[in-house]
Amino acid sequence: MCGVCGCGDQHQHSPKHSHILGLSPTRMVKIEQDILAKNNHYAAENRRYFTERQMLVLNLVSSPGSGKTTLLTETIERLKADTEIAVIEGDQQTSRDAERISATGVPALQINTGKGCHLEAQRIGLALDSLQPKAQSVLFIENVGNLVCPSGFDLGEAHKVVILSVTEGEDKPIKYPDMFHAANLMLLNKIDLLPYLDFDVEQCLAYAKQVNPNIEIIQLSAKSGQGLEEWQTWIKNQQALQA
Amino acid sequence: MHELSLCESVLQVLEQQAQIENYQTVTAVYLEIGALSGVDPEAMRFCFDSVVQGSLAEKARLEIIEIAGQAWCSACNANVLVEQRYESCPNCGSYPLQINDGDQMRIKQLEVA
Repeated sequence: MCGVCGCGDQHQHSPKHSHILGLSPTRMVKIEQDILAKNNHYAAENRRYFTERQMLVLNLVSSPGSGKTTLLTETIERLKADTEIAVIEGDQQTSRDAERISATGVPALQINTGKGCHLEAQRIGLALDSLQPKAQSVLFIENVGNLVCPSGFDLGEAHKVVILSVTEGEDKPIKYPDMFHAANLMLLNKIDLLPYLDFDVEQCLAYAKQVNPNIEIIQLSAKSGQGLEEWQTWIKNQQALQA
Repeated sequence: MHELSLCESVLQVLEQQAQIENYQTVTAVYLEIGALSGVDPEAMRFCFDSVVQGSLAEKARLEIIEIAGQAWCSACNANVLVEQRYESCPNCGSYPLQINDGDQMRIKQLEVA
């Protein structure tokens, strides 16, 4: 500690660091606040909004190119006859994904994050004002394609659902453990391609369980339709829990 | 991971607290960053310098207190140090372990004038 000013530094009192009489000295202020406190506050508000309306909200996370949007349009086609659905799309740029969702006939809103690599809870709150999702609806939030940053930002969702496609490495769960730890469900997508790949399914599932022993796993293909019924049943069961 | 937006959140807290705690400038910011928080201290320093430009913390020093990852191993009945979330116990090899420290990212205190 500096013996002259007690400011915690090791330094000489050169003119650059002089303490002129009359200037207010420095002091310490205790903060003890989580850096994500503000996001968590907005997330709690969103969660209250969803609970009041008995909505099921799923935060879909994955790396780019895992087939999230295709899976989502297929899921919507299967659910929309008897379920109210709304979608929030997050991407850095363009409204291409929201246009793909809108083509299914359900309301979709695009959030462009610009330089941001993830969606934040405050942006979701603002989106709700214009999207006006119906009570007891299912809201899908398709996060920015990124297996790192979205893991730390709670949006108020009931569950994070991580989508991993078999065209990626089976070691993704241990390479990006935070995301697989934060998710409650993992969808292993594009399994129709397994005959053409060296992807080790058992090893992948073991890695996912190693990072998160409680994670549920459904293997499916948005293209062939395999496994989609199980995914649909999972959504229905979760929806029943919100009522 | 997303150090730029984390630094923006830190700056918002500094600006908010300025009114409550009645200070004009921040001369040092003390952060606690856990080894399992996903935050890279070097990236945090880099982003901090650019985010605070033109703010009340423009000249602030960033002090990062790094906290080691710690988890409870129920087989050993003891706390053990871990470097990654998915690691098995360094003593007995069993998992899962229950993380109980080192996943925080907190603003601990400020030095203000």
